[in-house]
Amino acid sequence: MGCCMEKQSDLSLIRETLDHYKNIPGSLIAILQKAQDIYGYLPVDVIYHIAEETGVAPAKVMGVATFYTQFRLQPVGKYLIMLCQGTACHVNGSELIESAIKDELGIADGETTEDGLFTLKNVACLGCCSLSPVMMINGETYGSLTPDKTKNILRELAKEGGAKE
Amino acid sequence: MRLVVGEGSCGLAAGAGKVHTKLDELFGASNPVNAEVTITGCIGMCFLEPIVDIYEDDGTLHRLVKLTEEDAQTIYDAVVSGDLSKVKDLEITDEDASFLSQQTRIALRNCGIINPMSLDEYVAAGGYDALSKILKDGMTQDEVIEEIDVSGLKGRGGAGFSTAFKWRAAKASEGTEKYLICNADEGDPGAFMDRAVIEGDPHTLIEGMLIGAYAIGAQEAIVYVRAEYPLAIVRLENAIKEATERGYLGDNILGSNFSCKMRIKAGAGAFVCGEETALIESLEGKRGMPRLKPPFPAQSGFWFKPSNINNVETYANVAWIIKNGGAAFAAMGTEESKGTKVFALTGKIKRGGLVEIPMGKTLREVIYDIGGGIRDDKEFKAVQLGGPSGGCIPAELLDTVIDYKQLGATGAIMGSGGMVVMDESTCMVGMAKFFLDFTAKESCGKCIHCRIGTKRMLEILDRIVKGEGEEGDIEKLEELCYAIKDGALCGLGQTAPNPVLTTIKYFRDECEAHIKDKKCPAGECVNLITYSIDKDKCIGCSACSRQCPTNAISGQVKSPFTIDADACIKCGNCKTVCKFGAIVVD
Repeated sequence: MGCCMEKQSDLSLIRETLDHYKNIPGSLIAILQKAQDIYGYLPVDVIYHIAEETGVAPAKVMGVATFYTQFRLQPVGKYLIMLCQGTACHVNGSELIESAIKDELGIADGETTEDGLFTLKNVACLGCCSLSPVMMINGETYGSLTPDKTKNILRELAKEGGAKE
Repeated sequence: MRLVVGEGSCGLAAGAGKVHTKLDELFGASNPVNAEVTITGCIGMCFLEPIVDIYEDDGTLHRLVKLTEEDAQTIYDAVVSGDLSKVKDLEITDEDASFLSQQTRIALRNCGIINPMSLDEYVAAGGYDALSKILKDGMTQDEVIEEIDVSGLKGRGGAGFSTAFKWRAAKASEGTEKYLICNADEGDPGAFMDRAVIEGDPHTLIEGMLIGAYAIGAQEAIVYVRAEYPLAIVRLENAIKEATERGYLGDNILGSNFSCKMRIKAGAGAFVCGEETALIESLEGKRGMPRLKPPFPAQSGFWFKPSNINNVETYANVAWIIKNGGAAFAAMGTEESKGTKVFALTGKIKRGGLVEIPMGKTLREVIYDIGGGIRDDKEFKAVQLGGPSGGCIPAELLDTVIDYKQLGATGAIMGSGGMVVMDESTCMVGMAKFFLDFTAKESCGKCIHCRIGTKRMLEILDRIVKGEGEEGDIEKLEELCYAIKDGALCGLGQTAPNPVLTTIKYFRDECEAHIKDKKCPAGECVNLITYSIDKDKCIGCSACSRQCPTNAISGQVKSPFTIDADACIKCGNCKTVCKFGAIVVD
């Protein structure tokens, strides 16, 4: 990480959220969720800013941010692949799908491709068990996956994503 | 004529949205018969999604299943011409329809029938009658709790604690500031009952919660929803807004003295937040780590005020109970467990989906009669109940009756309703490892038994599936299991050993095969298996060699191929593509 020389986040973007939750106690998680919506992840300077504005110690804010799986401290790729590792998906072969993704993109859980297009994240259960194995990419659910089908989906997205760059 | 598209998350994932868009396009361009296209929540037959129900004006239902975008045109033509025989080929078979007809739906009574975005449809289905009965006929708080007591309703989130007992305790607590909380943090992998209720019938949850709030004297109700359920949040937000506008929520509800507001809190992804005190910590914006009990939430919960927490399905039964009487609910089920229970039936099952049945049916009835048995007619091996807190029940116990006590006696638990079916190809040791991996990751770290104990167990299981198991590992696991059960602070840790204990209890042979013979009888643990080709079955079509990522398969077309065991990475591609069953896994 580039530490102090890292680019500065535009803190004005979170102003409205901070004002909204100012007098509602216990809103730290909601503020962090909003911040992640805005910045795509939780940059360190934003975390410090939230700590200062809410009066919660930075260590505590960091504690909350690292406790919940939803929060990310690193930016993610254009396409966030959430691969379901729930029980039904496990039974129906989610491991084969994970190796297909690794095979196609060369990334493991939590990693992002060099071109910044894809990030892979294993998640507990997406609740679409009847379509298992399942993955969700940017809110769109893809079900009844096979290794081949998965690779095709990724290739399509890579084409689309690359073209728009 | 009405066309209703099943749009729960599952349906949408299967493509219901595309079918809906196409229908909107067609009817938007020309709609001579004034057909209405609308939505409903999860119908519960996930294996047939996407589904469109056509209701004729006289109420006759045509249920069309497994639709594609192209089918929209066929549907349109049939509806416009008035000749519904044109969609005969798309209609559900009688056999598949028996999936629903064998169920008794109370918590799911409106799911898949009404439009979840419409308060009017909920009211037309008898919604908010129970709340009116309480507020207008003047039922007292005690009378409401008494009715729930008569019903015998127990918490549907997993622990199975008496709902009336909890409500009575929260009501008895001193203070005027009280909270009613709904636990919709359905983190159990393989379970989606709560999601279906919120997506399909959000007002049922709101009404049940309002009745609970009235009974305990709470003025604020909070729904803690999993962040992974965005659609549920959207539909519940809409329902809260509508209910508030129409006087079912807010100040002086239905003109009475009772006031209650409701809000949603989105979780942020932590399984432990399903534990009620951890959930409260999370609501307060902190790390979701459990508190020591006592004091219980009924005495000191959210912001240390008396709070009552129940699960979605529990609340979803409440309005029905008040409306129809506790005795009607208690008439269903067994001596020990009353009413119905919703299960999410998944895994290697032919017909997967949401199943609500009266307590007292057997596992066999659910899996074979309703679920249609095992996919590809393979052999049933086990059914997993209760997720990471539950256990695997083997074939010889398939006739176990579904109630809290009898399921508990097997070593599994009723749980929140996840029911994952496994066939002969699922390795039970691998399954135990899967759950331990989950609980070890999700352990919040507050108490040593759970934090370190689950990790040590996982390490042992990891060794076993890799073929590095040692004599005495099973005993070591058992010792750790009992220590964690006794020593852990909260339900997560106390129940984390259950999947391992049931695996040892019912599948000890399989555990020993891994440890002593270094074999995986199910053929799943990659370190313990080898792939080879049966010469007599192989016709030399070369399909496998073309799919092999490491070029480990070679041979001459039309004569049997061979696998180079050193180059084989055991990905299983060859087995998947072979149409002749020639790939042998040992």
